[in-house]
Amino acid sequence: MGEVDTAPDATSLAREADAPRNSQVARFGADRPLKLDAGVELSPFQIAYKNYGTLNADRSNAILICHALTGDHHVASPNPVTGRPGGWETMVGPGKPIDTERYFVICSNVLGGCMGSTGPASTNPKTGKPWGLDFPVITIRDMVRAQAMLLDELKIDTLFAVAGGSMGGMQVLQWAASYQHRVFSALPIACATRHSAQNIAFHEVGRQAVMADPEWRHGRYFAEGTDPRRGLAVARMGAHITYLSDAALHRKFGRKFQDRENPTFSFDADFEVESYLRHQGSSFVERFDANSYLYLTRAMDYFDLAADYNGVVANAFRGAETRFCVVSFTSDWLFPTPESRAIVHALNASGARVSFAEIVTDKGHDAFLLDEPELFAIVRGFLDGAAKARGLKNGKQ
Amino acid sequence: MLSRLKRDLTMAEAARGAGGARVDLLLVAEMVAPTSKVLDIGAGDGELLRILGEQRGVDGRGIELSREGVNECVAKGLAVIQGDADTDLADYPNDAFDYVILSQTLQATRRPRVVLEHMLRIGQNAVVSFPNFGHWKIRLQLMFGGHMPSTDNLPYAWWDSPNIHFCTIKDFRDLCDVAGARIDRAVAFNAWGTPLRFNAPWWFWNLFGEQAVFLLSRRG
Repeated sequence: MGEVDTAPDATSLAREADAPRNSQVARFGADRPLKLDAGVELSPFQIAYKNYGTLNADRSNAILICHALTGDHHVASPNPVTGRPGGWETMVGPGKPIDTERYFVICSNVLGGCMGSTGPASTNPKTGKPWGLDFPVITIRDMVRAQAMLLDELKIDTLFAVAGGSMGGMQVLQWAASYQHRVFSALPIACATRHSAQNIAFHEVGRQAVMADPEWRHGRYFAEGTDPRRGLAVARMGAHITYLSDAALHRKFGRKFQDRENPTFSFDADFEVESYLRHQGSSFVERFDANSYLYLTRAMDYFDLAADYNGVVANAFRGAETRFCVVSFTSDWLFPTPESRAIVHALNASGARVSFAEIVTDKGHDAFLLDEPELFAIVRGFLDGAAKARGLKNGKQ
Repeated sequence: MLSRLKRDLTMAEAARGAGGARVDLLLVAEMVAPTSKVLDIGAGDGELLRILGEQRGVDGRGIELSREGVNECVAKGLAVIQGDADTDLADYPNDAFDYVILSQTLQATRRPRVVLEHMLRIGQNAVVSFPNFGHWKIRLQLMFGGHMPSTDNLPYAWWDSPNIHFCTIKDFRDLCDVAGARIDRAVAFNAWGTPLRFNAPWWFWNLFGEQAVFLLSRRG
């Protein structure tokens, strides 16, 4: 884990934000500004993306993948920054449940991210320096607006499916609400219609860890040549615990010591679980921008679908002909099953066509990214049924 | 376990119509108008929804209690959610469906009357199929055997049976009365899935019908 070609530093992260490797980039000039929920316009801006498979003649087999908070658009091909396999290769690829031999799969780096779409690490054209905290605060809806502009650019009117877990699932729900006629089917996985108080609280701890790092310098670390890696690593360590479960941690690590027989009576990483978390923290900072982390966690905190629809989530989906497949995991305590059930209730109340499955696993929230055969069977079966309804041919398009 | 499996198979073999589908499901499907919108409560492995989709072109949704059943249905591409007939029907708006179906599930609900009332509220029509506890074989077992009946159709011992609210065809008619349901159609059929004579009196159905299917609507 954590094999890095060249140890990236803060500067190389800034470079990736402007000129992403192994990515396509859609640029939107002054004539096409992005109207943000914050009441300002972002312009110019760019969206980095990857696509896999072939778009059919009808342009009807496109699937948009929405990645999670710390993911990126390299879902089914090696990540140019870490050198590691794609972020959702268990799910997306040739012969996989989201089959790139059958579907045209698009994934874009999220607005506010740090892997090639405009975000706080990108260069602010007005100053020639990274945006930092001058970057406007963005929302899940802003991310989805940017994705819709990318699809316009690609001349894809209707998505066959939009799929994603966690923050990606929030984008899926927003897609179904904002652009219901452009979404034939939707797979919101391990997510919720709004971020809970507990989740906002976890995020705030993470942000405070970043901001407490003296090297953060009010977000001006690129300009000042510093690197708030300690703060960001602590934020990641805390967050990573919420992605797992008590049972999974116990199964993987228990109380085992790390490379030693006895405790050292010090604050070294005596326990395997400590060593694991430290590794998670230190490898994360090699690939992620601290300010991006602040902005993206904030976007999740602000997400509350009901708020935009007179307090009733069902209103968001009224009249929708979209087919939904909602999935949750038994050991997910970040987005527990009742959150998914609330989505299902809203969809039922709006008369939408919805499937819902809860999968038994001890892997916690992260289960959606891991090897879960039942999840794969459900996604495959759901997409097969939707493909039949959409009139997509079997096999290659 | 093996013996139960064997009995279930015997029953299933006996009551399969053309295409290998269970006859009770075919009878239920027959009561549903083509291309209507249907909610199947207790969707099981999705067999009825599959038949309804393939043979009647309906827009079908399902609720199923068991996680295994739900995941099997969803993997087949059916719109089924995990849920409980006793608690989750309240979340559905009025008149959301043309038909609400309760196939072989009534006897497993905690509050059959509330479930039926919700069905009549959510759907224009309700279809209910259930095993008839007034069947002569069951009466004989109770009368001469002196123990809770166990049949091909109802293979469980009383202490591990999911069926907690058995009724006879006559009892069900009474429930329709108190729940405000009008009986638009009713069919009783024997162990081989052959429907009993249409114009037979209720007492005859109640004695010789192993199962029954009712098509109901809101009264008044």
